[in-house]
Amino acid sequence: MSGQLEDLPLTPWHRISLAFQHNWRSIILFIPFAWLLIFFLAPFFLVLKISLAEAVIATPPFTPMIEWVDEGVMHIKVVIDNFAYLWEDDLYVNTYLNSVKISTISTIFCLLIGYPMAYGIVRSGPTAKNILLMLIILPFWTSFLLRVYAWMGLLADQGTINNLLIALGITDTPIQMLYTPFAVYVGIVYTYLPFMILPLYANMEKLDWTLLEAASDLGARPMTTFFTVTLPMTLPGVIAGSLLVFIPATGEFVIPDLLGGGNVLMIGRVLYSEFNSNVDWPVASAVAIALLLALVLPMMLYQHMQGKETDAQ
Amino acid sequence: MNNGKRSRFLITAISFGMAFLYIPIILLIVYSFNKSKIVPVWGGFSTKWYGVLFQSEPIWEAVSLSIKIAVVNACFATLLGTLAGLALVRFGSFKGRLLFSGMISAPLVMPEVITGLSLLLLFITLNQFIGWPSERGFTTITIAHITFSMAYVAVIIQSRLAGMAQDLEEAAQDLGAKPFRVLVDITLPLLAPGMLAGWLLAFTLSLDDLIIATFVSGPGAVTMPMLIYSRVRLGLRPDINALGTIIILTVAIGVVLAAWIMFRQQKQRELEMQMSAEES
Repeated sequence: MSGQLEDLPLTPWHRISLAFQHNWRSIILFIPFAWLLIFFLAPFFLVLKISLAEAVIATPPFTPMIEWVDEGVMHIKVVIDNFAYLWEDDLYVNTYLNSVKISTISTIFCLLIGYPMAYGIVRSGPTAKNILLMLIILPFWTSFLLRVYAWMGLLADQGTINNLLIALGITDTPIQMLYTPFAVYVGIVYTYLPFMILPLYANMEKLDWTLLEAASDLGARPMTTFFTVTLPMTLPGVIAGSLLVFIPATGEFVIPDLLGGGNVLMIGRVLYSEFNSNVDWPVASAVAIALLLALVLPMMLYQHMQGKETDAQ
Repeated sequence: MNNGKRSRFLITAISFGMAFLYIPIILLIVYSFNKSKIVPVWGGFSTKWYGVLFQSEPIWEAVSLSIKIAVVNACFATLLGTLAGLALVRFGSFKGRLLFSGMISAPLVMPEVITGLSLLLLFITLNQFIGWPSERGFTTITIAHITFSMAYVAVIIQSRLAGMAQDLEEAAQDLGAKPFRVLVDITLPLLAPGMLAGWLLAFTLSLDDLIIATFVSGPGAVTMPMLIYSRVRLGLRPDINALGTIIILTVAIGVVLAAWIMFRQQKQRELEMQMSAEES
């Protein structure tokens, strides 16, 4: 097509407008595609590259991967020491496992709290349903940081909960809750609960609830109905919600930093301090790659499920 | 009876869940009116922290920087996200489609520390090779925000397009409109509410981001979340409660208003459909 265009005697402006008319689809596609290639894919490979470099005291603080040894002879230098270092140092392995543990337990709590809530919202009347959904979505739009900060006020030694406990005579001295793992769990469950409820709700809304009545008409007990009918039907929602909580919670930085203090090690926080305080870019990049490896399976599973969802539509 | 017991359980679950979600926010607002400097100890009603807030130069600078970034980000993200959504839903299969759809949805689930780190490394490398960006701040934060918020816009546009009836577009095409005309005159106007929703989401996402901005910002550029974070790291601060109250109430009023307008429009449409159904 472009060959034909070049043969025509046209002014440049006509040429551009004709080219646009013929190729507007490519242009529409090209703009976001190019943006993502430059600002999403390229940086990712850069992290991979730097994670395989050696740390040196220089700007930038890492060795080049490709060195020109002689005229035109390329020497590719790859160091896997950074990953070996992560593996050998107990701090990193423990932090890694601890992050996965914390986000797994938090996901389970989100599910235990979120499932009955989503179920209750689906079974409410139309007006109540709209209002309740609004109330679930609202925290989603308000500042994440401020919601974490709000818990600092509740959990502090002189915080609302301790003041209440002392006033009720349950305890004389404040119980330390802020800067403990407990605070981190509460923070994650609190901030990610809407991420669990919304996919569950979206899934439950589409279900055929007459199946439940059929099951109970046929004599199934409520528990049996739940485990044999309700739970299997809502499983896609359970998985989507769990992944939406688990994935970001594993790499969480703000919550362990503000609510956990220095006492709770999570991988996102280690990455941050490795980069900013230790200025060890290769190790920080290796931590990023390791974190990504932990999340690549859940992320692919989520994408796969979203793809199925879009196809179904 | 069984049903009654079940619904009582569900009502309890919803009530406790809502209390869990809202009590911390309500307390944050209540303590912003506390006279005492120690946040959780009530010392009487006062609005003095709002006065402290309005006189603080750094807070104003951070707020205005954040709003500037959020507006520019929302416009670009809406443009790029809409193009991406159109390409994914309406262009059928094309070369690199899998890579494209992967790249557009990956930022949704990518941990922010990784996005932040990788973009910073890109900016530093670019600076070394082509001398741009010479300093990090407004531009680099905006670019980083566009990259992740365009993904959210694309998701909204994709779901709108998938749920949209194509009969108007087909009619225009049958009447001889060229595909590009159909896109500009029919598809884009129909997409406008989705684009508005995308713009608002991109705006709030940018206003809310701490981690990515911290990575890609340079000395001198402090956004509102960065300022809040640096202050609350050291403990509770009543002026931050006041700032938080203003932010939360502004967002809440905006969201409720938008939802109410959408709800009204939906009701209106249902009513019209009902009337036309009765007429025929």
